[in-house]
Amino acid sequence: MVAQHEAEIVACIPSLRRYARGLAHDPECADDLVQDTLERAWKRFSMWQRRGAVRAWMFGIMHNLHIDRLRSQRRTPEDAIGDDFADTKAGVAAGDRLELRDLERALQRLPVEHREVLLLVGVEELSYKEIATVIGVPIGTVMSRLSRARERLRAELEGRPIAAKIQRVK
Amino acid sequence: MSIHDDDLHGYVDRQLTVERRAEVEQYLADRPEDRARVEAWQRQKAMLHGLLDPVLDEVLPPALLVRRAPSPQASAWRALAAGVVVAVLSAAIAWTARGEVDRRAAQALGSVGNGASALSGFALRAAVAHAVYTPEMRRPVEVAADQEQQLVTWLSKRLGTPIHAPALKPVGYELIGGRLLPGETGPVAQFMYHDATGQRLTLYVTREPPKSADGAPTAFRFGQDGPINVFYWVDKDFGYALSSSVDRLELTRVAHEVYRQLGGG
Repeated sequence: MVAQHEAEIVACIPSLRRYARGLAHDPECADDLVQDTLERAWKRFSMWQRRGAVRAWMFGIMHNLHIDRLRSQRRTPEDAIGDDFADTKAGVAAGDRLELRDLERALQRLPVEHREVLLLVGVEELSYKEIATVIGVPIGTVMSRLSRARERLRAELEGRPIAAKIQRVK
Repeated sequence: MSIHDDDLHGYVDRQLTVERRAEVEQYLADRPEDRARVEAWQRQKAMLHGLLDPVLDEVLPPALLVRRAPSPQASAWRALAAGVVVAVLSAAIAWTARGEVDRRAAQALGSVGNGASALSGFALRAAVAHAVYTPEMRRPVEVAADQEQQLVTWLSKRLGTPIHAPALKPVGYELIGGRLLPGETGPVAQFMYHDATGQRLTLYVTREPPKSADGAPTAFRFGQDGPINVFYWVDKDFGYALSSSVDRLELTRVAHEVYRQLGGG
């Protein structure tokens, strides 16, 4: 039933927006990414062989579009975000808000492939296996990216200096 | 027992079997350093939700709900559904009393499944809008029922014609509120109601002319999209679609009340 699928696609929009916001930080860029994802999804739906949930499939589309976009951009998002966040800390009073700002800044500084995995696991709650399919890497790679992302975030949030290479704590 | 970092992540993300989970818990019991890592990761997760979940409550930008180019299938199912007129008003009234007759009649008409046709046009958009907004717990409507006058004024202004939310208390449904949505050519209104059990029902009101070729005025039609039943009709310049997951008889009962109040009966 095609109409059923249409409803499923539309029902994914809120979580696609959430994921895009984590990936791209700027709300407008994020919604552009969602819009492109939806357009591609409508277009390709008939060709898609259902091998899993509609939601995971759509995250896969978004992943590909996002990677394409970054490749066509000169500036890396890490550089761009570093500037944006330079003085956001000063104006925020409440402790929680401050913590979230720190988190957002740390998140945007992660390499994009680490950020993706962190968000798909931690916020969208996809299984490791689904994520491996979504981003097209072996599950071992998913795990190592997740581990690095979490350790780096922990170091940043605890205010520790970040080594060029993350040392695993044994 | 050997526990690796992957198990610790699996523990944080609840992706372990019950047995493995218990083993990890035991392992963590006397390893404060690993426990501190695990707790930090759990905090990160909660904070990420805190940072990003508010996006879920935002009103969707209208551009995201409008398809730029209809796919070839869209017209195919429209054509498919257009042929099936489930019943006209007089028959619909009979359904309330005799559901069984209706089902057999619908089967005789050659329509699919339990007599529901595939949806198209504004009825399909109504079903999709129902599917998107009724599960919302925190922001199911843009303007709540306690500001009903404001809601009605606002929607009337945006639709360019006076409309009002039918009072469905007599049939057991209370108004929650309403929102404005993008339609194919202009704004449409969605009113949301619920009954005492929390079951939600939406009324979609559009000024768009119906898409189907057989759009005789005041023809009541019934269609279905997955779990959502839709009763829809065209009256004067308006298209109405009543959507809910309640059964067809119940929906028919409410549809009659709506029709009566909106000046049809």
